[in-house]
Formats: sequence, structure tokens, C-alpha cells
Amino acid sequence: MNTTASTMPEAFDSQPAAPLAAVHPYYWSVRRELWEYRSVYIAPLAAAGVSILGFLFVLPHLTHLEPISMPLDHTRHDISQPYDLAAALIMGAAFLVSIFYSLDTLYGERRDRSILFWKSMPVGDLTTVLAKATVPLAILPLFSFAVSVATTGIMFLMSSAVLAAHGLSVGSLWAQLQAPTVLFLLLYHLVTVHMLWYAPVYAFLLLVSAWARRAPFLWAVVPALSIAIFEKIAFHTQYFTNFVQERIMGGSNTLGMQTDWPVHPGMHLTPLRFLMMPGLWGGLIAAGIFLCAAARVRRYRMPN
Amino acid sequence: MACIEARGLRKTFGSTVALDGVNLRVEDGRIVGLIGPNGAGKTTALNAILGLTSYEGDLRVLGRDPWTERDRLMRDVCFIADVAVLPRWMRVSNALDYVAGVHPRFDRAKAEAFLARTSIQQSSKVRELSKGMVAQLHLALVMAIDARLLVLDEPTLGLDILYRKQFYDALLTDYYDRSRTIVVSTHQVDEIQNVLTDLLFIDRGRIVLQSTMDDFDTRFTELIARPDALTAARALGPLYEREVLHQSVLYFDGADRNQLARLGEVRTPSIADLFIAVMTHTNAASGANAPASSSSVDRRSDLNGVAR
Repeated sequence: MNTTASTMPEAFDSQPAAPLAAVHPYYWSVRRELWEYRSVYIAPLAAAGVSILGFLFVLPHLTHLEPISMPLDHTRHDISQPYDLAAALIMGAAFLVSIFYSLDTLYGERRDRSILFWKSMPVGDLTTVLAKATVPLAILPLFSFAVSVATTGIMFLMSSAVLAAHGLSVGSLWAQLQAPTVLFLLLYHLVTVHMLWYAPVYAFLLLVSAWARRAPFLWAVVPALSIAIFEKIAFHTQYFTNFVQERIMGGSNTLGMQTDWPVHPGMHLTPLRFLMMPGLWGGLIAAGIFLCAAARVRRYRMPN
Repeated sequence: MACIEARGLRKTFGSTVALDGVNLRVEDGRIVGLIGPNGAGKTTALNAILGLTSYEGDLRVLGRDPWTERDRLMRDVCFIADVAVLPRWMRVSNALDYVAGVHPRFDRAKAEAFLARTSIQQSSKVRELSKGMVAQLHLALVMAIDARLLVLDEPTLGLDILYRKQFYDALLTDYYDRSRTIVVSTHQVDEIQNVLTDLLFIDRGRIVLQSTMDDFDTRFTELIARPDALTAARALGPLYEREVLHQSVLYFDGADRNQLARLGEVRTPSIADLFIAVMTHTNAASGANAPASSSSVDRRSDLNGVAR
């Protein structure tokens, strides 16, 4: 016993300090979000699955849509509608997951007390919050885009098989779909609206999630509703309502879209106008403030 | 530089005082038991040390301010804050991947070797493991981290005695190497009596006793007094007296053992018994303002005085 007592510290000291292993706290923090919230990738994939399944019912009728003499716009609409709807469904699924994820993630780690484990690791609060913000701000839009591309590809291959079987031209289908343009517009929409314009919305939800002791959804919604109603009653105005509406709906308007559904090949892109909007930059600054505040709140909050 | 150094550490929650001016010094290489009743401030003190809660006063852990430097500090400090804080959705392999990915001092092979001695499968999810297995998994992760300070807050709460024993055995044989410091808080005091090198009693946010275990053995005496010697024994100023199976048992601090031996049977008290003795004593002292208790108040400050 004595010998171990005297030799052990010595042996310990004489060892050169072990080189620290390379670590990637941000990367692994994002990975762990994807382990926990599997809906991040399951929801867009499920939406794609539903779309493709629905498309199977349209396939037999595809040959009737083929007459090329029809006015171009009308034909494109009939042919492309399933593609547009699939993209809309995938994007909508990703959007819903973004909202529920943002509201739950910082609240959930306190609810299940796992925050005590995460905080025992050398990962800062800001790193954690940024990793969590990455999910709705980058991963979900980009992943849903990839799923949309794949879904478009699968649906096109299925149509091509049917058309080819009837000896009809696949080339004209491709020409009428204008898939590259449509997908590019989808990506443009996702980047400008979902990643940039909505950034303060997600950041605000993350802050509420970090702050709320219970019911983060109510904390996110009820105060905003109360302000809007109070303003309406007290001053007969609705500046706050307009402000919120502009943030949630305004993103699409800034693209110059008239229709509800995001992309139309005839639409003009106005990236410069978008980039010059004060609302965009104000929103991004607000997003930064909300995220820093969320990191700060996380430092103080203990498990519920 | 001491491993943990606190001066005038205070923490209040509204009107509740959780820590009331704690002074504390824990040297490197000690295994310290932090013992106190519910609500005494144990967890608050540990949380302050771990950077999980803000505080007033001066606190240094490994030379750092835990509240502002938690993430940096966690490279050298490990903790198990409670049983079952490992996320239930996580797979064992996920946990290994994650800790290896974020912790520069984690030795994955070591953790895997430890897990191999248990019945835990790497493909299992935490929610599929029993409570004891979750504690084993957490211990495997923690023991594979080359930390300088390990803090355990009720690490074996709710585990059966077999797991508890294995837990502390593993900690001592596979982890503790005299250069690391361990601070452990638990209600199962007697089970860690032989593990500890130092003892800290905390009550109502104050350290009421600080002693090394070496001092403990010489300083505190338990006397089972003979009925005829009881008055003489009481005259020597015991900390606390209780009746067990119609025998009077008295606890003394700093009394002469040889003198006590003439009054009955003498031995070293268990930590649990001494804990009750000290807690009853200090509560009697602080609970009453009557002049009659002034001697107890004095003794209370003696306890702190001798502790240094």
C-alpha cells in the first residue's frame, strides 16, 4: 500500500502532459440534435413519401395531359402541379418541425434534466445555442431542398417510364416541367425566406424555449396575442399585428410573388431589392440578440 | 493552489438563504464527503463549484471562476449531478461518440473497457437500461475522462446496495490515483466512511464541521456509559446523548479517551451517528436565543474553530 502511495504521484507527474485530443464541440452538438430530434429528417422524408404515393394515382392519367398543342402555361400547370405540391408539402413539413423544434429544444433539456449532463461537458452555452439554431436556420431548409430535388427526380423518372411505355416523348415533359428553374427558385425561396427572413422568428422561439419554466408554446403565443388585442382596444390601431404579419407573411411578398405557393417560373427574382430591405437586416440583428440572450438565459436556468 | 477555495460564499433564492457565508478549502488529492440534511445547501454549494449557479463571495475552482468559465473549467472537472440525467433517447454508442467529440481528455478505449465489464450493450438506448446500469454508464464516461476534480452529487441515489458498492469500488480502484480530487455528497453516509479522506458537514448554508478522517478518529468518541457513570459522563459536556436499547450513548468532541474509558465502553462513532449528534447540537444552539443555550453557541463555534 505504501509503495503505491509513494510511486503513484511520481509516475503521474513524470508523464508528459497528454496532448489534448482534437474536439469539435459545435459539430457534435449539431449531431446530437439530429440524434434526439429525428423528426428533422423523418418529417421531410415522410412528406416526400406521401407525395410520391399520391403521384402513383396520377400516373395512369399522365398520357391524357400530353397534347402539346395546348397553351403552354395551362399544360405546364397540369403537369407540374403534383411536383409543386410535393415541394410545398416537404417545405411545409420542414417549417412545422422548425417551429416545434425551436420551441422545445432548450426547454426539453431542462424538463428531462439532461442539461446537467450537457453542462458537465466543456461546451459553452453559446456554442450549444448556435448548434440548436443551426437546425431550423440551415439544416431543415437545406435538407428539405435536397429531399425536394430527389422527389422531383423520382417523380420525373416515374412519369418518363409511363410516357416511354406509351411511346410518348419524355423530352417535351422535361421541357414543360422546367425542373431546374423551379428547383432553383425553391432554393432561392428557402434561403431568402426560411433562412434569412425567418431567422429572428426561430431565434425568438429558441429564447422562449430557454426562458419558459413550462408551456413554452403559450409563452410564445399568448403575450404577442395580448399585445395585439390590447393595442386594438386601447388605441384602435394594429401596428403590432402588422409588424408580426409582415415578418411571417412578408417574406414571400418581398420576392414579388403574387400566388400563395412559392415558385412560378414567370416570377422575377429581386435579390437586390431583398438585400436592401431594412426589415431583413433589422431581423438578422434581432436574431443575433435573441440567440445571445438565449445563451445567457441557459446559463442561469436549472432543471425544472 | 487549492483545488477548491471559497470565501464568504453566499447564495439566496428570494428570501431563502441557501449558502450563508461558506468558507472552504479543499486540497488536491482529497476525497471529501459533503454531508448535510435536506435543504442544507449541499447541492447549491456543489452547483456553485460546477458553474451551474451564480453566487456572491469569492470562489475559485482550479484557479478559475466557475460561473464565468464553466466551459473551460469542464475540461478539468467532471460531475455526476444526479442519477439519471443521461438523456433517455441516447444510445450508449451515441454517448461515447458525443463525449469523444467534445471532450479533449476523454479516453474512449477506457470507457469501452469499463462498459465491457458490465452487461450494457453499446446499441442499447439509455431508456432501456435499468437505473443501476445508467449509473454504470455515466460512471464509465466520467472515469474515462482524465479530470482533476470529480464532483458527485447523490450519485447512487435509488440504486440497490450492490450497485452502490460496485460504484464506489470502481471509483476507488480504477479512478482515484491520489492526484485527483473527489467531492461526493450523499445520504448513504456510512457506505462511504472508509472511502473518504475528509469530512464536511453543512447545515443551513454553513459549514458546521470540517475534519480529516485521521483527525476524526482521534477527535470524536462514542461512549456507551455504564448506568452508574452516567452523571459523571454528562458532566464532561457531550455533544449529544441518545438512548439505544436502554443504554445511554454519548458523543464527545475532543474528550480524553482514557478518561471516558473508565465510564463505559468507548469507540469511534460512525459518520452517521456523529452527523446526527452535530446536527442536533447545532440546531439546539441556533434554534434558541435563551441565555441558557449560550454555552452551546460557544461549542458550536468551537466546532468550526477546531475544524481548522
